[in-house]
Amino acid sequence: MPVLETTNLCIRFGGLTAVSDFNICLEDGELVGLIGPNGAGKTTVFNLLTGVYEPTEGAISFCNEALCSAGKALQPYRITMKGMARTFQNIRLFKELSVIDNVKIAYHQNVKYGLLPAFLHAGPYAAEEKEIEKKAIDFLEIFNLHGKKDEQAKNLPYGEQRRLEIARALATNPKLLLLDEPAAGMNPQETSQLMELIRFIRDKFKLTILLIEHDMALVMGVCERIYVLDYGKIIAHGSPAEIRCDPKVIEAYLGEAV
Amino acid sequence: MKRFQSLLQILIAVGIGLFLQVLINNGMINPYYAHVMTNMCIFITAAVSLNLINGICGQFSLGHAGFMAVGGYTAAIITKNTSLFVPAMISGQPRFFLATLIGGIVAAFIGLLVGLPSLRLRGDYLAITTLGFGEIIRILLLNWQFVGGASGYFGLKKYTNFTWAYILAIITIVIIRNFIQSSHGRACISIREDEIAAETMGVPTTRYKVIAFVIAAFFAGTAGSMMGHVNRMVSPASFTFMLSIEILLMVVLGGLGSISGSVGAAIFLTFANEALRRFRAFRMILYSLMMIVIMIFRPKGLLGTKEISLHDINKTMTGILTKFKRPVKKDNPVETSE
Repeated sequence: MPVLETTNLCIRFGGLTAVSDFNICLEDGELVGLIGPNGAGKTTVFNLLTGVYEPTEGAISFCNEALCSAGKALQPYRITMKGMARTFQNIRLFKELSVIDNVKIAYHQNVKYGLLPAFLHAGPYAAEEKEIEKKAIDFLEIFNLHGKKDEQAKNLPYGEQRRLEIARALATNPKLLLLDEPAAGMNPQETSQLMELIRFIRDKFKLTILLIEHDMALVMGVCERIYVLDYGKIIAHGSPAEIRCDPKVIEAYLGEAV
Repeated sequence: MKRFQSLLQILIAVGIGLFLQVLINNGMINPYYAHVMTNMCIFITAAVSLNLINGICGQFSLGHAGFMAVGGYTAAIITKNTSLFVPAMISGQPRFFLATLIGGIVAAFIGLLVGLPSLRLRGDYLAITTLGFGEIIRILLLNWQFVGGASGYFGLKKYTNFTWAYILAIITIVIIRNFIQSSHGRACISIREDEIAAETMGVPTTRYKVIAFVIAAFFAGTAGSMMGHVNRMVSPASFTFMLSIEILLMVVLGGLGSISGSVGAAIFLTFANEALRRFRAFRMILYSLMMIVIMIFRPKGLLGTKEISLHDINKTMTGILTKFKRPVKKDNPVETSE
């Protein structure tokens, strides 16, 4: 059963067709890469999948449920609740909040107590808050961030901010994780740590991962399948070895042979 | 420990209230200052509730005077017309209490009506919409003859006293602080920090903006009722755009997102108002200057998003005490000579 399937996804901004005829299919537990030159429309695809943009045409089905059809998309928070989480190209943490509060917000969707217990700090408030706190600390321990749980997110070093963003996305308990350039701005050592982390996440949380990346070492190293996007269209698709020697891909990246 | 702390907080709040009321009752605080302190509590209520929208949720509302007007007029109609809405057998202070509550609820309902469409807007657009809302309310009241039109609605009894206003202020502070410390409050704060990220973390952003808006409108409405029954009248002239600005100034001065900051700024500005009564014409110029200076040198307000709690005060006090007890020994041989 495919986790994610899109059929003829297409979005136009005015006269500009940013993405068209986009068809991908992710099986359960796969680790798939989405690559392409700058401006190819990779982040636009992520925004379509997570409901930030409404597609002009096409449909997205997630675990056999339609996320959007006939141009009517679910709101992003509903898609998150259905089990799709993402990170952003330029880190979007809640900068002024503490590390632990960043993770706690991801648990908000599971909170059962209403406004009245919140106003009075009564009833189920204490028990549930305690549980959230415990869950968040356990989660930070997995990512080795629990030592910094009370620090402001903006004060973390860059690599840890990336890690926190991934942790926060995972805390929403997704089935599919979308990573938008997780290695951007990292040095080779941090990148190799990240590769380890991505594999670890997939095995530990048993989820499907789709990632956008420019760092070819990382993409070729961790992805099992790769889609190549250029000018909003998929130009190639296959295993890393196939992609590496695909003439269309080489042309897209390096230009035509003279 | 936490239980004990909240119990202590309640005791201190009740203690201060009782103390001030006793001083007012036996004349140590003269009626004029009692009046100023009542106003101070009303402004604390208004400022703290506006802070929920502007500081905690990161939206920009300029319509607080409008909500106060709705609450004030509703309560005034109920206390003055003994046959309307509340059975006539309930009179005096209980009637005033119910009127204030209903005033708050009506304001909250109006907040819901205004908030649902307008909170989809961002930043400047929301500010203009709420500003427009405040003016609409004012103009409507100006032309509604049943409540006296332009001259205002006179002849209310002076139900509001220091105790009422003080209790309301404390309730507002406690409820809004509790809200912020809950998961729902965190959802609101996440909207302020990064709306797109909040939405992708599963926070229904529009819903939480409306919730914050409605809560704030409720407390603004109750503050409006208190204000009407302390001045013994409500008039369109007392709920102008300048009132919204004055409350906004308190929030900005104290720190967007800081409850204790709003409380402090509300206290400071109420007394500053009284001190500057003789220079009424210059007051607004002074306020504008103050706003400009804050925006340039400390755009987050005096306290930023920080809170001053009992715990902090306790820590500083013990810090100072230990300094007194044990003089700092700087000439201690440290292991650097090795």
